Amino acid sequence: MKTKSPIYLLILISPFLAGWIAIFIGAYNVSPFMVLKVIAGEIAPFFGNPDIPERAIILDIRLPRVILAGLVGIALSGSGVTLQGIFRNPLVDPFILGISAGAALGCALSVGFFPEAPIQIMAFIFGTIAVVLTYTVARTQGEVSRLPLILTGVIISAFFTAMVSIVKFLVDPHKLQSIVFWLMGSFSLADWNLVKIAGAGIIAGVLPIFLMRWRLNAMSMGEDEAKALGVNVKRERIIFIGASSLAVSIAVSVSGIIGWVGLMVPHLVRMLIGPDHRSLVPLSMAGGAAFMIFADTIARNLTALDIPVGIITAITGAPFFIYLMKKGGKESWGR
Amino acid sequence: MLEVKGLQFRHHHGEDDILKGIAFGANMGQITTILGPNGSGKTTVFKCIAGLWKPQRGEILFGNKNISNLPCEKRAKMLAIVPQEHEPSFAYSVLDAVLMGRVSHVGVFSSPSKYDYLKAEEAIETVGIAHLKEKAYTKISGGERQLVLIARALAQEAPILLLDEPTSHLDFRNQLLVLGKVRGIAREKELTVLMTLHDPNLAMLFSDKAVMINEGHIVSNGVPQSVITEDNLRKVYGINVSIINWNGARVIYPRIDS
Repeated sequence: MKTKSPIYLLILISPFLAGWIAIFIGAYNVSPFMVLKVIAGEIAPFFGNPDIPERAIILDIRLPRVILAGLVGIALSGSGVTLQGIFRNPLVDPFILGISAGAALGCALSVGFFPEAPIQIMAFIFGTIAVVLTYTVARTQGEVSRLPLILTGVIISAFFTAMVSIVKFLVDPHKLQSIVFWLMGSFSLADWNLVKIAGAGIIAGVLPIFLMRWRLNAMSMGEDEAKALGVNVKRERIIFIGASSLAVSIAVSVSGIIGWVGLMVPHLVRMLIGPDHRSLVPLSMAGGAAFMIFADTIARNLTALDIPVGIITAITGAPFFIYLMKKGGKESWGR
Repeated sequence: MLEVKGLQFRHHHGEDDILKGIAFGANMGQITTILGPNGSGKTTVFKCIAGLWKPQRGEILFGNKNISNLPCEKRAKMLAIVPQEHEPSFAYSVLDAVLMGRVSHVGVFSSPSKYDYLKAEEAIETVGIAHLKEKAYTKISGGERQLVLIARALAQEAPILLLDEPTSHLDFRNQLLVLGKVRGIAREKELTVLMTLHDPNLAMLFSDKAVMINEGHIVSNGVPQSVITEDNLRKVYGINVSIINWNGARVIYPRIDS
């Protein structure tokens, strides 16, 4: 039914390409071929896997980090495209709607004051509170208009960010350092345990989005029209927002606040393959994973230090946003 | 047959009833047009029938079955709506836009099947926009977009078709084109078509039945010739008009007194 262009395939395999490159680039030199050999040896043990230092670097340090970055990219970009669809607003993402700030508060509270409360659950609760607040405040007379939604998101984000600042102010200095570093967004703490936690939570969040993605087309027609077409708008909004919030909160809990990805990647993919959510959702997820891995590789290798990847995405995101505004004009703003 | 009985509506904090007992019927294979000035309650009637607003009293029957309290998935199979003001969203292709009409027929976790594509293509053929199929529906003319929305409603395969002022954003030619298409489709598919219009001339030309509403009441209801009269128009719109018979057609001509 649908002609699949080479771009389609290219975006789908991009996370694997990015992941491969990310593993052989780094402070310790590993050859591209060695990466394939070690991973192949691990998947199919009968090839034999010699116990060399490269093996530990690839399997225990770089691979979990790449997978974690990929998962976070899937979560941010997948929920970005979802939120843009249900709010028919190409300018929103989890960061702008306050989910990230809310989840950050949940994490900061957990790290600072309530170590017994699991950080992921706190992130999810507060991330959801934030997005529900944004939604209810912005919703007037049954519709969520573009500008009020963004303004409300900014307000709610500012509020939750201020709450995070209070936590930072009150918390003891040892914990402060870890909160501050973590808030900047980084994958430097990646290990297999974190990959498992993030993998379970993020997949649980993005799976319903993936399965219900075609309905985003109808939902992007606005509340009344979607209803008339036979979409249970209230119920499905709850599912989509809840699923997005889950994926993003888990992502924030393992990697801190990483902005712009959820805005930038769906935009780029939409420009390349069009707005049909049946392709847009999976390809945005793949593109988000590739972009996140790519950004993390830069963060890791640009200097001798491990720069927080959130800084890299913000540095690329801001000019991108300006470019969209200037060039795409009416088009990319969706009128 | 679609029957509206004793419709009464007021807004949540509203003081007065906007609809004060509206009752009329619409037949299969025919176009029934609701006429009335701005603020007469025309749009409210429309929204109540569409299920977007809940009337305080009254019911909407189709083939003697009450359809006013159906959940939206089921209502969408009874009743398809062509909205008046459509703010285009993302630049979907015409085919993808029409395919959205199939939402109520496709499972929550599924994508449209071959059969759904077939139905969408059929609807596109019916309104005659096959040449636009791959175009972005945001980049075609207003008249063409109206046809896309009509095709989307047809793809829904509902026996009732509601159109809210389908001509309000269209030029002279497109008004005739769109209404002509609607009439042809109503006859061919035996749909019960209900629409609101501003222009009594268009109502006269294209409807089989007319319902004139003012201040939440029905002023007149029946064949267009008996509803759209000099007296009724003067009473409802407060302007002087003449109706001229010419070659069997009736033309409403406003008298501008200067």
